[in-house]
Amino acid sequence: MAEAGSEIREMVLAKAINAALRDALAEDPTTLLIGEDIGPLGGVFRVTEGLQAEFGETRVVDSPLAESGIVGTSIGMAMRGYRPVAEIQFDGFVFPGFNQITTQLAKIHNRTEGAVSVPVTIRLPYGGSIGSIEHHSESPEALFAHTAGLRILAPSNPQDAYWMTRAAIASQDPVIVMEPKRRYWLKGPVDTAAPPQDVHSAQVIREGSDATIATYGPLVPVALAAAEAAAEDGRSLEVVDVRSISPLDDETIARSAAKTGRLVVAHEAPTFGGFGAEIAARVAERAHHRLLAPVLRVGGFHMPYPPSHEEGRYLPDIDRMLEAVERSVAHSSRASSPV
Amino acid sequence: MDGGRNQSATGEEHAVQPIQLLAPDGTLTEDETYTPYVEALDESTLRDLYRSMVVERRVDAEATSLQRQGQLALWVQALGQEGAQAGTVTALRETDMIFPTYREHVMALHRGITPQQLLTQFRATAHSGWRPQDHRFNTYGIVLASQMLHATGWAMGAQRDAAAGDEAAREELVLACFGDGASSQGDVHESMVFASSYELPVLFFVQNNQWAISVPATTQSRGPLADRAAGYGFEGVRVDGNDVLASYAVAARMAEQVRGGGPKLIESVTYRMGAHTTADDPTKYRTADEVEEWGAKDPVARYSLWLRGRGLIDDAFVDAVEAEAKDLAADLRRSIHELTPVTLEENFDTVYAEPHRQIEVEKAWLRDYEAGFAEDSAAGGKGDA
Repeated sequence: MAEAGSEIREMVLAKAINAALRDALAEDPTTLLIGEDIGPLGGVFRVTEGLQAEFGETRVVDSPLAESGIVGTSIGMAMRGYRPVAEIQFDGFVFPGFNQITTQLAKIHNRTEGAVSVPVTIRLPYGGSIGSIEHHSESPEALFAHTAGLRILAPSNPQDAYWMTRAAIASQDPVIVMEPKRRYWLKGPVDTAAPPQDVHSAQVIREGSDATIATYGPLVPVALAAAEAAAEDGRSLEVVDVRSISPLDDETIARSAAKTGRLVVAHEAPTFGGFGAEIAARVAERAHHRLLAPVLRVGGFHMPYPPSHEEGRYLPDIDRMLEAVERSVAHSSRASSPV
Repeated sequence: MDGGRNQSATGEEHAVQPIQLLAPDGTLTEDETYTPYVEALDESTLRDLYRSMVVERRVDAEATSLQRQGQLALWVQALGQEGAQAGTVTALRETDMIFPTYREHVMALHRGITPQQLLTQFRATAHSGWRPQDHRFNTYGIVLASQMLHATGWAMGAQRDAAAGDEAAREELVLACFGDGASSQGDVHESMVFASSYELPVLFFVQNNQWAISVPATTQSRGPLADRAAGYGFEGVRVDGNDVLASYAVAARMAEQVRGGGPKLIESVTYRMGAHTTADDPTKYRTADEVEEWGAKDPVARYSLWLRGRGLIDDAFVDAVEAEAKDLAADLRRSIHELTPVTLEENFDTVYAEPHRQIEVEKAWLRDYEAGFAEDSAAGGKGDA
């Protein structure tokens, strides 16, 4: 139920999404949830726990095991005036629904010259570091970012998870919420009465002066820890939480990069063709003369996500981020001397 | 495998014969189940069935020649499938939502979409020429079978509206159209699973026109497509799609049961007399004999014979319909030039329903970029030499 007045509660990120879904279901009878195992089980991550018992089977719908069907029927319901929130169980299983997302969901508003809106929210638990098997640890955000018509949000903390979920459901556009599944149990304050700043803006979450690390979702706590470790060595790092992948607030990121002169972009997805390349290009365009070094990227390698026994070496960690920062610093001192 | 090619692509030797009331020679057979539906039709509806087939056939021919003259990027002929479409759409109510493929021209015109609107996307001035909500007729589905899930989702919405007390929704039906080619797509399967599991009011309507571009129906299915319904737990019926009366009667009976009930499947056995699209050359993959054989089963010819035999139409009526069709075609030839293309600016404006930073930046950039050329030409055309 919706809370009256400002109330700040400590909760884990999964619970924050659960609260957002509950509040949206309570406020608007056209909102409904659909997905695999989201009913009595409450989803494999228990994000929808208790919601079917509270709102019934017609509003919290256990679907057949078919992702294209989940997305496609959500589109049909949205065309009729509903606001479906579709859960895709794991990142790697979004691909059976990829056609419906990219050729239909993203295009219907445009195809109909705005006559038909499809306010579908897709919840997509993504990312690695959970020790799982193949197809359970991927980061496909760049594939969706490349598709005009979709909005893509990437919360990194419970407060954003709550409000981005609410904003996604309220939006007239289709929105994919990339849920950082390894942070489902991350605890933090959630104020269910006070929306944060625009969900589509990036945020400087730690101020610094020597270099900027821009990242989103599951790597935000890693970047903060890297900045903490760097501070002990006398290096002052600024951290930007990108928060929104589409639209992208390149202005805030470029401003930070211009201020520190150095930018490292980090994500779990492979760097090759990854979203970090988009950020790097935009920052280079906007802040070229203020940059002391090329923008560097830290991310996964150009390989299928490895067996999780090796994910510790595959995923960017504090050391990989700091190594990139040091390379950036070293580059600028070389560049300042004659070749 | 030498099976399918250049044989009658209908395939199945042991298949149940499609329901037929009106034979190609114009004689009507009695059928205990379906004849009452035909007998209940008034004379005006019977004449309208004829009219809608003839008018669409003329629009179809006009569109084909407009494409040949370079006025359309592409055209998709419905020639031969008029009976299947006219009969089925006439059995629906105006409030029933239709999710078409890209060949449902008779249905589109029946729902009040003008020939000019129909040709809009084929002239590529816009991605669609009509608003779905104005006609209870969705935009044409081009990614095969994608529309099947939208139809199913629409029915899920209707079911919820009905549960919330909306009496009209309780009586609604959704028509989900697909073809023999699309029957192989996973989205058809998933839509039937969802529709069956949730007992949704979806009438699945497959026009088996024997060819998916160049591939015969036997490559999509070795058994009748109607039989697939049993695997999902609902009824499937085969009908002679070139028999407009049987098409009507079967759809009317199925629709009665779908309203407030679960899904059904109609396999309408028909034939694509023309090419897949104007970009296709059917002489490369099918025989003239086959086309001739199906031509003898023409839906308009046999229905015309029957109507005349019953004294329901005469030369004056036929001439009047011809004149109407001719006028419509002439009007289309003129008005096709009046279509205003969606501009790039308008295209920017409809990517999202709400403001999006990158869209705004790129739209502004394009404006400034092109304004630069305008200034250059105003300054005497100086620019890159």
